[in-house]
Amino acid sequence: MELFKIEKLIEKYLNAETTLQEEKVLKKFFLQDDSPIHLKEYKYLFNYFSNSKLERVSKSITLSKKQYNLRWLSIAAALILMISIYTIHQNNVREKEEARLAFMETQKALNLISYNLNKGTKAVAQLKTFENTQNRIFITNK
Amino acid sequence: MIFDSNKMNQSEFLKIVLPFKDKVYRLAKRLLVSRDEAEDATQELYFKLWKNRSKIETYDNVEAYAMRMTKNYCLDQLKSKRASNLTLIHSNYKDESASLQKKIEYNDSANIIKKMIDDLPEKQKMIVQLRDIENYEYQEIGKIMNMEPTAIRVALSRARKTLRDNFIKKQNYGIV
Repeated sequence: MELFKIEKLIEKYLNAETTLQEEKVLKKFFLQDDSPIHLKEYKYLFNYFSNSKLERVSKSITLSKKQYNLRWLSIAAALILMISIYTIHQNNVREKEEARLAFMETQKALNLISYNLNKGTKAVAQLKTFENTQNRIFITNK
Repeated sequence: MIFDSNKMNQSEFLKIVLPFKDKVYRLAKRLLVSRDEAEDATQELYFKLWKNRSKIETYDNVEAYAMRMTKNYCLDQLKSKRASNLTLIHSNYKDESASLQKKIEYNDSANIIKKMIDDLPEKQKMIVQLRDIENYEYQEIGKIMNMEPTAIRVALSRARKTLRDNFIKKQNYGIV
């Protein structure tokens, strides 16, 4: 292509008035080895642009990993919650049962003590009656 | 997995969205710079597309829609990154040896141009990527950027002239 046409296209290019087709023409012109030295900067620019387009993403793309993780995470969280509620509940029931048993044991022990204590009091009462009778006899004998 | 027969299946979906995965990646890399972050962003975009797959059939231009989502996602990433890195950038600012090291690194034409594009304002940077590298039509760029075609041309013209002027300056300094 004649140089003056290229120079005209460059002017349009700098004003952002070129079409994609015209930009392709410019690119093709500057990517060849014998582009003019006074337009060297465009050679570098267009080279950079076309090389940049070759860059590829190297990691492969996945779609479901994140959603999956979230799902399992929520299931695990729900399980842990349920197990802990169950354990706490069980602990409460056991504690109540233990308290009831301890109360009954204590009551039994206290009953035993009071029963034996009452036996002692009865014996003392018998002794008192005996003494009274004895006193009466001795007083009448005097 | 719960399967909804109204939604497209995985292979149908991939047939539509995989052809432009490299364009998504390149736009993400232009904005986020690091390769790892660009790959993560690409992956994230495909998760989002897959989640919204029921809507895909209603779009007349899925690719433009995906590119627009990529742009928005990357700009959000940059915003949060900037918020957390402010002090770091500041403390690096006066490090002479680091900037010298950078000068050596950029001492080849492709890296110089890459750096020059990096230094463009965000909108111009993206428009250069979309037009000069990916060769989109103005009407498509308008959909991606949510801009009027005339505004795109103004920004692009400014960007192209800046790139040319800066490159000539570097040439005159004998760096290239």
